[in-house]
Amino acid sequence: MTPHDDQMLLDTPFASRVQAACELREWESWKGYASPIAYEDVELEYFAVRNATGVFDLTPMTKYRISGPDAAAFLNRLLTRDVGRIRPGRVGYTVWCNDAGMVLDDGTLFHLSPGDYRLCAQERCLDWLLTSALGLDVTIADETAEVAALAVQGPTSCATLRAMGLDGLEALRPFGLRHYPFDGGELMVSRTGFTGDLGYEVWVAPAHAEALWDALFAAGRDHLIRPMGNAALELARIEAGFIQAGVDFVPAEQVVRHGRARSPFELGLDWLVDFDKGHFSGRSALLKERAQGSRFRFVRLDVEGNKPAAESFILNKRGKTVGHATSAAWCPSAKRNVALASLEMPWGRPEDELYAEIYFSRELRWTRVEARCRIIDGPIWDPPRRRQTPAPDY
Amino acid sequence: MPSRSVAEKWTMKRMRQYDAIVIGAGHNGLCNAAYLAKAGLDVLVVERNPHIGGASVSRELYPGWTYSNCSYVCSLLRPEISRDLELARHGLQVVPYHGGVTFTQDGDHFGNYPDAERLHREMARHSRRDANAYERFEADVTKQTRLIRQFLLATPPDPTSFKPKDLKGLLEFASAFTGMGEEGLLDSVRFWTMSIGDFLDEYFETDVIKAHLSGSGVIGTALGVYSPGTAYVLLHHYMGEVDGNVGAWGFARGGMGAVAEALAASLRAFGGEIVCDADVHRVIVEQGRAVGVALADGTEYRAKLVVSNLDPKRTFLKCFDESDLPAEVVEQARNFKIRGSSGKLNIALDGLPTFNGLSPDSPLMLTDMHCTDSLERMERAYDDWKAGTWSQDPYVDMLIPTTVDPTMAPPGKHMMTVFVQYCPPTLAQGPWTPQARDAFGQTVIDQLAAHSPDFKDLILDCEVRTPHELEDEVGLTEGNIFHGELTFDQLLFNRPFPGCAQYRGPLRGFYLCGSGTHPGGGVMAAPGANAAREILADLKRPDVTPPSYPND
Ligand SMILES: Cc1cc2nc3c(=O)[nH]c(=O)nc-3n(C[C@H](O)[C@H](O)[C@H](O)COP(=O)(O)OP(=O)(O)OC[C@H]3O[C@@H](n4cnc5c(N)ncnc54)[C@H](O)[C@@H]3O)c2cc1C
Repeated sequence: MTPHDDQMLLDTPFASRVQAACELREWESWKGYASPIAYEDVELEYFAVRNATGVFDLTPMTKYRISGPDAAAFLNRLLTRDVGRIRPGRVGYTVWCNDAGMVLDDGTLFHLSPGDYRLCAQERCLDWLLTSALGLDVTIADETAEVAALAVQGPTSCATLRAMGLDGLEALRPFGLRHYPFDGGELMVSRTGFTGDLGYEVWVAPAHAEALWDALFAAGRDHLIRPMGNAALELARIEAGFIQAGVDFVPAEQVVRHGRARSPFELGLDWLVDFDKGHFSGRSALLKERAQGSRFRFVRLDVEGNKPAAESFILNKRGKTVGHATSAAWCPSAKRNVALASLEMPWGRPEDELYAEIYFSRELRWTRVEARCRIIDGPIWDPPRRRQTPAPDY
Repeated sequence: MPSRSVAEKWTMKRMRQYDAIVIGAGHNGLCNAAYLAKAGLDVLVVERNPHIGGASVSRELYPGWTYSNCSYVCSLLRPEISRDLELARHGLQVVPYHGGVTFTQDGDHFGNYPDAERLHREMARHSRRDANAYERFEADVTKQTRLIRQFLLATPPDPTSFKPKDLKGLLEFASAFTGMGEEGLLDSVRFWTMSIGDFLDEYFETDVIKAHLSGSGVIGTALGVYSPGTAYVLLHHYMGEVDGNVGAWGFARGGMGAVAEALAASLRAFGGEIVCDADVHRVIVEQGRAVGVALADGTEYRAKLVVSNLDPKRTFLKCFDESDLPAEVVEQARNFKIRGSSGKLNIALDGLPTFNGLSPDSPLMLTDMHCTDSLERMERAYDDWKAGTWSQDPYVDMLIPTTVDPTMAPPGKHMMTVFVQYCPPTLAQGPWTPQARDAFGQTVIDQLAAHSPDFKDLILDCEVRTPHELEDEVGLTEGNIFHGELTFDQLLFNRPFPGCAQYRGPLRGFYLCGSGTHPGGGVMAAPGANAAREILADLKRPDVTPPSYPND
């Protein structure tokens, strides 16, 4: 069921609580839902995620329920990963491509129980899912409005959720999920998130949403919990090096201009493509690309100085443009000036001397700098607690 | 006798020869050592205490509670150094906080809100004119911070030298000043020499606003709000940053010891060594050259050069045979102004105290708190210091780091850090005694309790530190937190004193890298890095210290 009424922006089931907490009253539309950019102070919200607990209302995330006897076969046809390896009670990060091997979207696949899946995505893709399901015995339903969800992220997130009564949660491994009774219903917790830190996502039916918010914030008080908006999440995800649909790539179905879509290889997602599992959408195109080479390389850059290289051209030593930054931010915990960038091949090799062309203005004067960039090999921000099981208390 | 010299030779042989020895594992010693090690030198740091960090230290003195025993907030730490030495990867995280509050004697308060408009409303509650004047104040202070920031990661040029390097430095210096325009230049000269009280009088009419803003002008110094030079001290507290937000302060996650630990991890990653419980008794001088250190227990370490992280007084008057030094330097060290003026309380709390007029959810709970609501009370507090006693109505800079940092106390419990101005190095009636120390602590507790009804009942443990403890435990002469007064006669090319202001000591192979050198005290790491740059230049090695970010 798709909610529709005469409001310009829809409310999520947490709206009463979110509105009360959103002191700055800065909102934006996330797939038609009112979503806070910031509640009180972007910096404090970002640091809640890196130092304590930040809570993010992710209800507007597009969610599809996929079940039926052929669910796994369907998903294996759809996704580039081997779905058979994502066991019940586990979650996997994945992408899916069109037949040309161009990325439609990235997202997470939840294997809820044998043969029953939830696919979470940034973009809507029901049309593509149904097309891909042709001839298979599988049910696909948009359950975006039927599932309310909060991301609970940060070093004290496990302690917070345990204080809320989720006993034994510390034993949950990354990308695992668990169910708990809650408020006369059920609550699902997955150890997943978009921040690159210790963190969980909590999923409930909308009827229990307000109870969840209240219980969570009561339990989290002593663990320094704070709601966080889109701006803080954006900073955390860049620091974690995660890409975002519509920002770091254009979903292939939405591309108008020829050649603007990207393949998984061109987004640095080679590890998600499994050629050994049999056919999937885009397989032959990707095999061809692997043999013949890609057009672009996706890199994460450490940019000299402290001016974010947002929307910067990336230049080579001779000053020729070889690509551009798709996302950029000064990352306060990693203490690096990070840019995610798409470069034309062959640029982005370790030996390449690259520069970001950065413009900034101060008191009516514009300055242009060419800041040296170094390719970041390995994670940008990777605290041990992200993977530790049992999860630490802070 | 001959047999003994054989034994000596034997120990000498076993003793490793280092390229450099750094005396003191304060954050500047560690930073200096890290850069020397990064340049490929074989470095040893010798520290008197069983733990590293000096005044940048975290200790668990009450089980379950971590105290930032000395320094407690972070801003001055140069971002260039932090990034270059990868302190984040080595475990350092600085979490910012914004704003402050001053409780007034009539039960009200002035909230220095982080949000500019809210702050304007709050100021306007006292004076609309002050609220507006604050914009001018901010711009003027920012002009001065921009001026000084350019020189933090640079060796001060020697104005008496004609070396090309010094002439170039002087030119840069002059051009930074003239870049401010004629009027700006005059303002700067005034600013660097005037009192914070006079400076604030030029902007504001409200007592509590002036009192609130004046605190940064006297913290750590034995001067009052109407003493010339205190405007600069305010600048010293405003010139730092957190993530590019100039003037912002933050908490090092896990306490200020995290700064030292991250520097030490960086040093070790470059192959450097640290030895604790190594009390340097004497710098060994042979043929006018520093060649090693002798510890109180008789152990000797040898190196091609020796660097001191200790303050100038302690360095020259306690760690040298006077005959090894030029008489002039001994004299300069004796005259160096290093008066202790501050005390500190670290308190373990059973819960979050409530403050009159503040809701527990107020953003002001996450800020620095004060109880002095007029410049007159600020000055009276200083009068007590001059009379040789601690302030009966002290100025406090109080924070509860556990409202931001979940690692320093159990959930729901809290840790309070209270910096106290003024507290003399010795009392008029004689040296400090445990009874006097406790009475000082009680004065501070009583003052806070006047604004927080439940505070006293929540106290589980309290560490009280007067300048006496700071000297005894941390090695700060007279307990001076900056390794020497931050007055103009002891800044830039005068720090610590002419002749030693470029990190080189008065004899070959000997250097200074502590807060007693430019750009001075605070957890900044700039002296350590600057000293490393000079040492590497003398060794004709490439400079591995980071350049300063340009002013934007
Ligand atoms: C109570 C207090 C509060 C402060 N608050 C702040 C704050 O909030 N923020 C801020 O930025 N700054 C603050 N400061 C100032 C700041 O902490 C100091 O200026 C700075 O830490 C000094 O660093 P350093 O490395 O130069 O020297 P130190 O930290 O003093 O290090 C010197 C080291 O040498 C060792 N040593 C001494 N004698 C010997 C010997 N004979 N042999 C071997 N080792 C020896 C000492 O044990 C010590 O470890 C505070 C200082 C104090 C005391």
